[in-house]
Amino acid sequence: MFITRTFAIVLRQAYLIRGSFSRLFPLFAWVAVDIVLWGFITKYLNSVTASGFNFVPVLLGAVLLWDFLIRVMQGVTMAFFEDVWSRNFLNIFATPLSISEYLGGLVISSIATSAVGLAVMFALATTVFGLSFMTYGLMIVPYLLTLFLCGIALGIFSSAVVLRMGPAAEWFIWPIPALISPFAGVFYPIATLPKWMQYVSELLPPSYVFEGMRAVVTGGSFSLSALLWGGCLAILYVLLAAWFFARTYRYAVRTGLLARYSAESVS
Amino acid sequence: MCPATEVDTTSPRETARAGSTALTVERLCKTYGETTALDGVSFSVGHNEIVGLVGPNGAGKTTTINMVLGVLEPSSGTIHVEGVDIAAQRSRALQSTNFAAVYAPLPGNLTVCQNLRVFGLIYAVSDLKARIDFLLEQFELEHFRNIKCGLLSSGEQTRVGLAKAMLNRPRLLLLDEPTASLDPATAREIRARIHDFAMQDSTGVLWTSHNMYEVEEVCDRVLFLARGRILLEGNPRTLPREHGKNSLEELFVTVAREPLSLGVG
Repeated sequence: MFITRTFAIVLRQAYLIRGSFSRLFPLFAWVAVDIVLWGFITKYLNSVTASGFNFVPVLLGAVLLWDFLIRVMQGVTMAFFEDVWSRNFLNIFATPLSISEYLGGLVISSIATSAVGLAVMFALATTVFGLSFMTYGLMIVPYLLTLFLCGIALGIFSSAVVLRMGPAAEWFIWPIPALISPFAGVFYPIATLPKWMQYVSELLPPSYVFEGMRAVVTGGSFSLSALLWGGCLAILYVLLAAWFFARTYRYAVRTGLLARYSAESVS
Repeated sequence: MCPATEVDTTSPRETARAGSTALTVERLCKTYGETTALDGVSFSVGHNEIVGLVGPNGAGKTTTINMVLGVLEPSSGTIHVEGVDIAAQRSRALQSTNFAAVYAPLPGNLTVCQNLRVFGLIYAVSDLKARIDFLLEQFELEHFRNIKCGLLSSGEQTRVGLAKAMLNRPRLLLLDEPTASLDPATAREIRARIHDFAMQDSTGVLWTSHNMYEVEEVCDRVLFLARGRILLEGNPRTLPREHGKNSLEELFVTVAREPLSLGVG
């Protein structure tokens, strides 16, 4: 594996973001809007409930973590879509670049872009709405790591879907986090869900993160082994997504889809 | 079933083993369901040799190039670049290969210099800055260094594509209609430059074109491809006379329309 080849993919993304306001702006704008919106909602909820329960770490913290996962996923897919939009597959894949080097470049690009969003969210949530990360303690690290891995897995999987089904399949990709969120228990305990949805939740790494986060905040019992299981699931999904991408790429090379990508299918 | 069409008297693999070929293609076939795009094609390209691949639209020229570039898998047959099997060691084979094609412009949202830097890193070009400066000068692109490729004329974009193709001093260069969008004067200069580059770096060049004058001027050898098979091969300057034709263009038309009249096909 050549690190310079991976760096080339990251550098390409850096050039594109640096020279384009429309790429730079979404890195922080929408997450900032989300934090402001949910920040005021939690403030309002705190004022109307007499229980004294603090919604800020539970709701605003959940929004922040969920938005982080979405940013990571979009960091991967956006870097991949740059090659789709500029019809660059022939140039990029007719080089010595391997699939692992290419995916490595997409992941590192995503780390950089999602870090911007995370920093903005942290800054807004703490300074404007008084969210204290001391509430989560050191557990914030495995929470972020698990969500990061899950976002990477979703990003690679989504890129493979677009590679297989053509540029129009982009529209399948954007709603994926929204489809997952009801099962992941972002805003409510998994126990709230009907039994069949709970079974699905058990397969989703974010559900372990959000359950753990709520337990820490409310001072309830927290299972470290459950979080560890969530982390292992996330690693498994990253490996499966990379395998799926490599398999899709081989299919595209075998059938001629890669060479005639704009046709969207080989039939 | 893809029968072999061999017009080359030497076995490509024998030449490859001797280390004198940049590209060796053996019994290459590509089928899409019932359709055969390439039907047992074998040929080789030596170092310091420019081989023209000509044929009517849909003959299989771009299919051949895509397979050599590793973006299309053959149904059967083998491809060796510098003796390296592209199916087994894709990255190693493509490290010494590069290409330019009129249908594969570099991303228009990056500047000329940014594009060359990105691809230079992918090809692990040493002393990249100096190489980029040299190529910008050679292809008269210095003024466009910081201009986005999408803002350039098609001729300028072609020159940027050629500069990219020369970045890694390839031992095998694939050019798919490289002068298609250039005016005659620029095309002549570019042909001369590509020829010089190829000779300096002992590069083997596979060059597709519909311009028979260009093929006659540049190529050491020409392969006529039609319906996925190589029907004729030879020196582009003597081949027409050998088949009772006045020009390469006349021979092209005959091969494309009435191959049986030449005793081929």
